[in-house]
Amino acid sequence: MNYQVTEDGYYGTFGGAFIPEMLYPNVAELRLQYRAIMEEPEFKKAFHNLLRNYVGRPTPLTEARHLSAKYGARIFLKREDLNHTGAHKINNTIGQVLLAQRLGKTRIIAETGAGQHGVATATVCALAGLPCIVYMGEADIKRQAPNVARMRMLGATVVPVTSGSRTLKDATNEAIRDWISNPETTHYIIGSVVGPHPYPDMVARFQSVISEEIKTQLLEQTGSAFPDYVIACVGGGSNAAGAFYHFINHHEVKLVAVEAAGKGIHSGYSAAATVLGKPGVIHGSKTLLMQTADGQITEPHSISAGLDYPGIGPLHAHLFETGRAIFLSATDDEALEAAQLLAQTEGIIPALESAHALAALEQLCFKPDDVVVLNLSGRGDKDMDTYIKHLNENEPAAATVC
Amino acid sequence: MKTNRLQQLFADKNEPVLAVYFMAGYPQRDDTLPLLQNLEAAGADLVEIGIPFSDPLADGPVIQACGQCALENGMTLVLLFEQLRDMRSSVTIPVVLMGYINPVLQFGVERFCEACRNAGVDGVILPDLPPDEFEMTYKPVFDQYGIAIILLITPQTSPERIRKIDTCSSGFVYAVSASATTGATQAFGEAQVAYFQRLQKMKLNNPVLAGFGIHNHAGFAAAAQYVNGAITGSAFLRHVTENGTDAPGITHFIKTIKQPEYDYPVTS
Repeated sequence: MNYQVTEDGYYGTFGGAFIPEMLYPNVAELRLQYRAIMEEPEFKKAFHNLLRNYVGRPTPLTEARHLSAKYGARIFLKREDLNHTGAHKINNTIGQVLLAQRLGKTRIIAETGAGQHGVATATVCALAGLPCIVYMGEADIKRQAPNVARMRMLGATVVPVTSGSRTLKDATNEAIRDWISNPETTHYIIGSVVGPHPYPDMVARFQSVISEEIKTQLLEQTGSAFPDYVIACVGGGSNAAGAFYHFINHHEVKLVAVEAAGKGIHSGYSAAATVLGKPGVIHGSKTLLMQTADGQITEPHSISAGLDYPGIGPLHAHLFETGRAIFLSATDDEALEAAQLLAQTEGIIPALESAHALAALEQLCFKPDDVVVLNLSGRGDKDMDTYIKHLNENEPAAATVC
Repeated sequence: MKTNRLQQLFADKNEPVLAVYFMAGYPQRDDTLPLLQNLEAAGADLVEIGIPFSDPLADGPVIQACGQCALENGMTLVLLFEQLRDMRSSVTIPVVLMGYINPVLQFGVERFCEACRNAGVDGVILPDLPPDEFEMTYKPVFDQYGIAIILLITPQTSPERIRKIDTCSSGFVYAVSASATTGATQAFGEAQVAYFQRLQKMKLNNPVLAGFGIHNHAGFAAAAQYVNGAITGSAFLRHVTENGTDAPGITHFIKTIKQPEYDYPVTS
């Protein structure tokens, strides 16, 4: 089974580049050049230098002793929460801004939901001295005020999106419309492994530094580079793509993707695209997405804005369809409880997105000598309002062990 | 071949062709067929019926809003084919459907082509279905049912790719006048003239219609100097929004685009 993208931009039956002709020159330019540029020694040097000396990589691989005791396995956390700006998102924005400069682009646009990708883009644009325009749904701007302030302080222009449902998918539409109107000057930094080919592959490659480091660190700490499980949350799926990347062809490594079930998969308020979605085209690629029988894309729900997307990246749709990855889901409440548990036993406040991956530990049955790596994609500072509200409302319920 | 109506139009027509775009199910759900009939009576040469979609990423605010309204009115692709079932008993001009690929995929590509043929729809414009994907997967089905595929070119499209798109298209080629979403109102300037002159010199196999930003007689006439005609969409939807769907109003609108003496600002 091939899990790499084909020349045509496909992962199995998913992917491709379903773009209006107005975007063809930009996307073709990227498609023809991204691999070669990423292989250039100077590019690699600049990328790795920034990851090391600006972002703070390599991020630690922390053995979580309390979680290990609780779930009966050796559980390690890949600490993407310790990156500059607080999540894995900056691995990709560093790579793409260098690529944009190499292509002679003078203006950067991005979409954002929770604001993490927007902040990571605004950060690298400030560093590179490029103007940065971030499209963000009006509804999300209200929900994520601190990140809006961060982007503005970093010098970015945040454009409120008032079309459609005024959330992430509409922000993405609006960024694409901007790109259509500014094809020659502008590079669009997509924040996840979504969009037309070559974006899913390009973003996965920039994020693959996560699994590259896991292999080295795991070898040091356990004597083997290959764990039994890698667990990551999936919205569009960029942190999961990065955490899975170097393990995809090693079938002894079980890959676990955790989607947001919202208020329950069949509650009507969910973002579990592999369960609720059907094949279709969103934002330039064919993938699994939530939609009506008439093909209208429906609004997902998750307490975590970063997982609040109606589709998943085409790579993940392929991993799902082929059975290479196990897809689980966690509800809003399960994620909140898992976040509390991590905070109180390991002293780490995770992002709500990452808390979905933690919640999946409840659903897996491990053998005592299993080595489990969980990608802790981001930190929870941005989610404190939600956590405080939850703390005031509930005591954490006793978790069940399988 | 159902492309005959399109071929016939361009073969017979000595004057520039005016194509008008409107949104199915807008302003009211059941306005689709009456609007089509009124447009033919008013002198539109070709009509493009928009299929509403939740995420129309190539469209500007006017078409976005009309599509949203149509969806709220309960418009679906199934309903559209019901509305168009007896279209050919009252409409003779070529009719093409314009929309996004996802509703067509959910409807089923073959079922869609068959429904187009049965209703007498002559062609389809799907801006997010590029020629590469079309040729790789969908062309045989479109050919089987005789449905024309109308592909887009833009000022940034290379000459080699224009040739490829021309070869892949049938009916006509849709020349987007500028790098923009629909409804942009930049002036018809030197860049556009140079672009259309370039297209004219290439002598494509297909007729060429200019679209995006054609909102008055000046734009229509300027485009028609170099290509076979032009398409107006957002301007017509603004007319419908402001003045309704009645025949005299639409006749007046068509004249403002086609005839210089009617050339006054159409929009408020």
